[in-house]
Amino acid sequence: MDLQTITYVVVGASFALYIGIAIWARAGSTSEFYVAGGGVHPIANGMATGADWMSAASFISMAGLISNMGYGGGLFLMGWTGGYVLLAMLLAPYLRKFGKFTVPQFIGDRFYSKSASTVAVICLLTASITYVIGQMTGVGVAFSRFLGVTNDTGIYIGMGIVFMYAVFGGMKGITYTQVAQYVVLILAYTVPALFISLQLTGHVLPQLGLGGTLVGTDVSLLTRLDQVVTDLGFGKYTTSVPGSTLNMFVYTVSLMIGTAGLPHVIVRFFTVPKVKDARSSAGWALVFIALLYTTAPGVAAMAKYNLISTVNSAVATDGDLYAADASLEADKRPAWMKRWEQTGLLKFEDKNGDGRIQYYNDKTTNAEAKAKAEAAGWKGNELTVNPDIIVLANPEIALLPNWVIALIAAGGLAAALSTAAGLLMAISSAVSHDLVKNVIAPDISDKNELLVGKVAMAFAIVLAGYLGLNPPGFAAGTVALAFGIAASSLFPAIMMGIFSKKMNKEGAIAGMLSGLFITLLYVFAHKGLFFIKGTEFTGLIGGPNSFFGITPEAFGAIGALVNFAVAFLVDKVTKEPPEHIQALVESVRIPRGSKAVDGAH
Amino acid sequence: MENNSAAYWKATLGLLTKILIIWFLVSFGAGILFAPMLNSIHLGGYPLGFWFAQQGSIYVFVVLIFYYAKKMGELDERFDVHED
Repeated sequence: MDLQTITYVVVGASFALYIGIAIWARAGSTSEFYVAGGGVHPIANGMATGADWMSAASFISMAGLISNMGYGGGLFLMGWTGGYVLLAMLLAPYLRKFGKFTVPQFIGDRFYSKSASTVAVICLLTASITYVIGQMTGVGVAFSRFLGVTNDTGIYIGMGIVFMYAVFGGMKGITYTQVAQYVVLILAYTVPALFISLQLTGHVLPQLGLGGTLVGTDVSLLTRLDQVVTDLGFGKYTTSVPGSTLNMFVYTVSLMIGTAGLPHVIVRFFTVPKVKDARSSAGWALVFIALLYTTAPGVAAMAKYNLISTVNSAVATDGDLYAADASLEADKRPAWMKRWEQTGLLKFEDKNGDGRIQYYNDKTTNAEAKAKAEAAGWKGNELTVNPDIIVLANPEIALLPNWVIALIAAGGLAAALSTAAGLLMAISSAVSHDLVKNVIAPDISDKNELLVGKVAMAFAIVLAGYLGLNPPGFAAGTVALAFGIAASSLFPAIMMGIFSKKMNKEGAIAGMLSGLFITLLYVFAHKGLFFIKGTEFTGLIGGPNSFFGITPEAFGAIGALVNFAVAFLVDKVTKEPPEHIQALVESVRIPRGSKAVDGAH
Repeated sequence: MENNSAAYWKATLGLLTKILIIWFLVSFGAGILFAPMLNSIHLGGYPLGFWFAQQGSIYVFVVLIFYYAKKMGELDERFDVHED
């Protein structure tokens, strides 16, 4: 069978599985629709959380980013996993004890204020909608590359599939489909990595291979990689830092508290039977996430090594990288390069007209590398590689069999679809439960609320699809915004709601608004007002990265600090929360008396 | 009972503090602030600081959550606030 047929078979089989599960797990009540009936086993919930969490960005882009950044890429690894420690200890068990359907509902009840819950709904919708655009775009890319359909058709198919299992199945359908999607995506990610690690280092596990020595030599992979990239004028792989150490520190904090504050992740812990289960389920979620996250750095370094040694034969022989015959002859470049050139994600341009491909950092500040390149007659870097290729083309670069390549397609789609479904669920429950039930029509019946939820979900799918088809110019910048909002508004509000008995509504609302405001201000100053090009105003805040050299992506942590500070100041000068709210906090802190999540008021 | 729940909360906060200190030390400490120093030590082919940033801290996080879940279960029993 040729590659195209195998890909259709593998992807088709995985879709049939998801739809089969969706039919089996239809939601009949609001409780099943919002929280899967509250009876999901903690291990199954951990797996579903893993699939929910690992998006197109984790699956497709992260290893490529680490590959480019080297050591500094560790901030994604630590940030996106360390957040689960905070979630498990500071939020999940207490929110589960509280026993309601949504995050804004907690904020509204704890701060005895509909304004507070409305602010939370706005934060939630902004964070989730910006996030879901990226998922739909990812679905389009994966379909168009692997199934030979256009980007647009790919997005329509994706919308159709999500519609089927999310609208009919609700949280119950989504949860059990995500368990299957987790299995598909983790196999797709790890199988090629095992092969590559074995080929390159003789270790089956990439976690060991990354610290191993290259086959047939006694030089370690990382040492050799450091030598090669430094010699070609790039930063040293094992030490290069993004910006400054302070920026890496703050960026990591932002990702951690952003992770803990993302509503579509938090609601996962409302689906388990008990408080005890919410604690261990976070641990299981992290185990399943760690399988991919500890494999990613191996994939990153090995792909970088494989890529450079494909275009420069001196890498493997430890010869002179700048020798005339070391660079790959353009006519002899492998078939996968030509395939990816068609997608525009890989570009080759023979700048010095010698018929060979020279790959190096032509903007280097390393005088030695610069002099060598000039002496060799190199006239600029001739190969540009989009970081997204690193995972998608990895099996092809390592010359692995076709079924492995087909598996990657199914895995990428599973990652994007599972995250999209989780986000759509969070959006729909915020609309039907927090807006319609809580504010607009409190008397709505259970059956009608379920209907509103399904209609809201259908609308959200159409909106997400539309935005995926017509991606606003800001698609890339928005993920940073989603984390920034979660970190600066939701996380501090929930945490203070649990850990401070005396925090009142005035403090919480002022804190959320000022954290949100300062974060948006800093992000918009760099990226334009509402991401519209030409409206940047870095001049007003004293130049780019003016706050101690911190980049806008990393700013969520500063927003959170502002949130905490403002909330405590306002709290000091306004009156205490009423007695029954303090009693509520007392009861949330203790597991005894937990009941099934029912959302009742 | 009032006294009891105050003591339970104090014990909980003590456990959280202990775990957060380790959480901070492996990621922000060994993975970022002290990474340049630790890189002179090697773990197989891994410089140690690099290992903490890209591997080690994740393993420690997993252990921390399960340790937390186990210890909290014990606290629940000790202060008689467990479910069922």
